[in-house]
Amino acid sequence: MELYINMALLTMLAAVTVAIIVQRDLFSVVILSGIYSFLMASVLIVLDAVDVAMTEASVGAGISTVVLIGTLYLTGQKRELNYHRSIAVPLFVSLGTGAMLIWGTWGLPAFGIQDAPVHTHIAPTFLLESIPETGVPNVVTTVLADYRSFDTFGETTVIFTAGLGVMLLLGGSRRKKKKGETKS
Amino acid sequence: MFTIASIAVMIALALAVTRAILGPTVFDRVLAANTIGTLAILLLAVIGFLMGRPEWLDIALVYGLLNLIGTLAVLKYFRHGDLAHDAEQDTKS
Repeated sequence: MELYINMALLTMLAAVTVAIIVQRDLFSVVILSGIYSFLMASVLIVLDAVDVAMTEASVGAGISTVVLIGTLYLTGQKRELNYHRSIAVPLFVSLGTGAMLIWGTWGLPAFGIQDAPVHTHIAPTFLLESIPETGVPNVVTTVLADYRSFDTFGETTVIFTAGLGVMLLLGGSRRKKKKGETKS
Repeated sequence: MFTIASIAVMIALALAVTRAILGPTVFDRVLAANTIGTLAILLLAVIGFLMGRPEWLDIALVYGLLNLIGTLAVLKYFRHGDLAHDAEQDTKS
């Protein structure tokens, strides 16, 4: 059942991607990229990665849509500029990257196999000892907030700094505009 | 039962995606995006029950809040042409 849901979702993802490429109106592209993120989050849910799906939905569909609409407002650019350039180099780069990624998957262990290095390295230690050591029932939470708490703290600082920069950029223009209004 | 429900949600999702791709006006796409967000919440809940993980309903709540924020931002952009619009300015002027 999950296989068929995934196949249907990935087909819709491909259709939305083609629509994003073909679409010339930038506002519609923003909306379509939000739809893409929600579909991608659904794919991740079906793959049993709920935490990644929540990040995808909040960053991709929530914040990115707002930030991109803010960009459209600040630049005042509603449509893509109509200029022609050669597609040979981008096509070569994307085809080469895709070929290298497919070549890289040949070196991966089979999907869902138990003896994969990721399951034999440190994961058994976390699974066995996280509850006696920390008392937290969710192992993912234990790893993120206890064993790797400094790492998570650094990530949070990066995200906070990025959000601060965006707020300064968007809020700064607003204050300037208010001053202009009072003068006129 | 949950299988049939998930198939129904997938069909609705396909219809909404079709409208988002074909939609002649931007409003069709905004409405389709909102519908797809709602259907993603429904799919999350149905798959949670299908796979025996009803705790996912809590995550569905977060999705609902995110969907609301995105749609509100788009509609505010349309109404005022500005995301950082001050509502008090309208009442004063």
